[in-house]
Amino acid sequence: MSGQPTLSGNRGLQIEEKLIFEMDNPGSVAVDLPEPGPIDLDRMGGVARRGRIGLPDLSEPQVVRHFTRLSQKNYGIDSGFYPLGSCTMKHNPRLSEKMARLPGLADLHPLQPQKTVQGALEVIDSLAFWLKELTGLPAIAMSPAAGAHGEWCGLMAIRAAHEDRGEGHRRRMLVPESAHGTNPASAAMCGFTVDPIPAKDNGRVDLDAMKAKLGPDVAGLMLTNPNTCGLFESEIIEIAAAIHGAGGYFYCDGANFNAIVGRVRVADLGIDCMHINLHKTFSTPHGGGGPGAGPTVLSAALAPYAPVPYVVHGPQGLELVEGAREGAKPFGRVKGFHGQFGVFVRALAYIASMGADGLRQASGDAVLNANYLQASLSDALTASFDGPCMHEALFDDRFLKDTGVTTLDFAKALIDEGYHPMTMYFPLVVHGALLMEPTETESRETLDQFIAVVKGLAGRAKAGAAEDFKAAPRLTPRRRLDETLAARAPVLRWKAST
Amino acid sequence: MRYLPLTESDRRAMLDVIGAKDVDELFRDVPAAARLAEALPLPRHQGEMEVERAFTRMAHKNLSAGCAPFFIGAGVYRHHIPASLDQLLLRGEFLTAYTPYQPEVSQGTLQALFQFQTQVAMITGMDVANASMYDGATAAAEAAIMACRVTKRNRVILSGTLHPHYVETTETSLRYTEMTAEALPPDPLGFEDLLGRIDAATACVVVQNPGFFGGVKDLRPLAAACHGAGALLVVMVAEPTSLGLFDSPGAMGADIVVAEGQSLGIGMNFGGPGLGLFATRDKFVRQMPGRLAGQTVDVDGKRGWVLTLSTREQHIRREKATSNICTNSGLCALAFSIHLTLLGETGYARLAELNHAAAVRLEGKLKAVKGLRVLAGSYYNEFAVHLGDDVDAAQVVDALADRGILGGVPASRFWPSWPELRPVLILAATETNTEADMDSLVSALKEVLS
Repeated sequence: MSGQPTLSGNRGLQIEEKLIFEMDNPGSVAVDLPEPGPIDLDRMGGVARRGRIGLPDLSEPQVVRHFTRLSQKNYGIDSGFYPLGSCTMKHNPRLSEKMARLPGLADLHPLQPQKTVQGALEVIDSLAFWLKELTGLPAIAMSPAAGAHGEWCGLMAIRAAHEDRGEGHRRRMLVPESAHGTNPASAAMCGFTVDPIPAKDNGRVDLDAMKAKLGPDVAGLMLTNPNTCGLFESEIIEIAAAIHGAGGYFYCDGANFNAIVGRVRVADLGIDCMHINLHKTFSTPHGGGGPGAGPTVLSAALAPYAPVPYVVHGPQGLELVEGAREGAKPFGRVKGFHGQFGVFVRALAYIASMGADGLRQASGDAVLNANYLQASLSDALTASFDGPCMHEALFDDRFLKDTGVTTLDFAKALIDEGYHPMTMYFPLVVHGALLMEPTETESRETLDQFIAVVKGLAGRAKAGAAEDFKAAPRLTPRRRLDETLAARAPVLRWKAST
Repeated sequence: MRYLPLTESDRRAMLDVIGAKDVDELFRDVPAAARLAEALPLPRHQGEMEVERAFTRMAHKNLSAGCAPFFIGAGVYRHHIPASLDQLLLRGEFLTAYTPYQPEVSQGTLQALFQFQTQVAMITGMDVANASMYDGATAAAEAAIMACRVTKRNRVILSGTLHPHYVETTETSLRYTEMTAEALPPDPLGFEDLLGRIDAATACVVVQNPGFFGGVKDLRPLAAACHGAGALLVVMVAEPTSLGLFDSPGAMGADIVVAEGQSLGIGMNFGGPGLGLFATRDKFVRQMPGRLAGQTVDVDGKRGWVLTLSTREQHIRREKATSNICTNSGLCALAFSIHLTLLGETGYARLAELNHAAAVRLEGKLKAVKGLRVLAGSYYNEFAVHLGDDVDAAQVVDALADRGILGGVPASRFWPSWPELRPVLILAATETNTEADMDSLVSALKEVLS
């Protein structure tokens, strides 16, 4: 920044904001509560709190201003283009927020008598219907709370199915090297060992290498499709046949479902189960890290092992099954209550808005936007693979060779240009990866501006402006942060003495 | 379609740049047999008005808590949420941001998480808290797993005071591992003997306080017994407003504190999303699951925040990670933190007092119901009652619902095959309950039980 530093440390709309603990004004209140009257110590089990907790006292205007200022230090989809690969950062419709706040849906307790919550069960059942139709799979576990949780749920069903058949010795799970880190981590939590399978030069699973790994101890295969390189696994039907032939199940990581919704049903690919990130494909907000939801669709073979609870159509209307019942062999329960209901409402509102035609149009536009980026940037950057991509375009850092600029520097320079960076250094199978997922909710104008900026930056990098890249970002509330210091001497909370 | 900016002429022009005839050509890697030629035969897109109409219709099929005297708890509690909270939560920069992996454009989320972690550590009496888990149930399971990792032992004891969903979730999580969960029977009277079960193979005891049936205990003797045997004490707090009134689990000797944070800032939402709180001692921080925000400085020396200690996490460690968790409950953590900030020290303590006072008042009024006895000698804002030997609490709750009253949860909903729990009803009262609500419940109970 040029010019003198300001007296306040603020810079126009960028306002420095202390921690709430540093603003404590004892005696201030932001919530007016009635007098409780004298407290009956008889009922407190002898453990009434002595002493202060240390929470700060503030008034409502101070609290509102504090969090408003914090929000201004963030970049959201509402702020601008967010081409974060593998994350499907699409527009979050506000109608969905409005529907989730209807008192008849929001102000419901999960343990009310079921006859008083038929509308809520209808929400769950309707969403389950759509997700089963869109995937072609006959059953679904609605309760997983996020993608990784859904992965674990699907793998638990696989493990339970093997155990039930007396094949509990099947403990080896095949996972491609390009998989999300959650895949091997989820497999480990089900007692599986992870056996990596390599990719071919064209970015797809090496079918022969995979076949060579099959054996009587193989439990299944976890595959992301479209994969983390943004490519459709063109041999997927052969892959499915191979794993089934060896007695294993085929798990699909559904993180990239947005590319194929309404165009491909995963059941037709031979997949046995797949989690669906409602916070990606079905547009519920990421909220700075969650909450999400990861309903997991299941094939007929895995359906009996679905965890509780689930909704069935009974003689009295919709019924929530919370325990074991005839014919079912649930592997257990994955979380409290009945799933991420508030997220379900939002996802269903989005689906109802889009309809079957809109969902198909959305996946088409998502793939079109990604291919437009890939085609428009392939001169300036280096695309990792030939041919059309699906919903995300993958580049590597060959275009930065000998410039002294790294993928990280390039991403940080984009921040100064007003963009959220793309995903960097993932997938691990290409060098210095830059993974861009534009989604269908970006206009051509936005993409054209972004393309011009990326080309311009690539030109500057090649022209020898490494120092400028190393110094980026310059215009953010904070510049590059010392992550090594943070990890070496962790300060994970405020303390009165500091 | 209102969420799709591309027009037909955009699409045409873009296909020309790509050099493709149509969009279908971009899907040529998909095996032809698996390609759908057209949209599925399902409802088509709708405008806002139509969608609102359909959702309003579904909402009207429910009896919402605001329309009934309401006394349900058992892991989800109805509290008043200050109006400013939701307005802040809806700010697009919070709502529509991703996980703060790019700290320069995420200082808002990161500072908020750092403050959240501090608040959670303070109220639980622990050194450090993470940036959230999915909910109380999964936090309990993760705590059990972490305790096994820390102690290098495999036996987990689950108290009969623990919420049955937390028990089931923990059992499920350990099901296909080396670890084993030993769940004690439900303990409505607070009689269980945990001390006698701790042995040299025990990794941890997981206990809930206030317990699922309402009882509040001094956990110091249990903590001493755990530590004497080299085991950890994991304390679950299902109702975090209670910590405004009681000694913290940390002060009583807990090694890991987990909680369901729904009570603060997050509505009931039919049970999800919730908010898992997870706190522990400094010495165990590298064994923790989940994300952590930490303080650091930028290149100009200014204080800022980043996600840190990520070498514990799945995106770095893969199958050796402390957990597979990635997406957590970020926005719920923000809601929790905003609510606690609005309350402050003064409001948090007062809210807890109001809740306890409401429950004491309800207990007093229930004395008028013949045959009913309160089971817990101590409690916060919730207690179990016994309705009489021949009474089926589920039928009572059903009859109350017919009278427009949401009158608690029958224990048989969780333990359908335990006859001795058939007459047990769990009732909660919070600051939202009026005198009139309580009088309605009492007179309806008299009527139903007569």
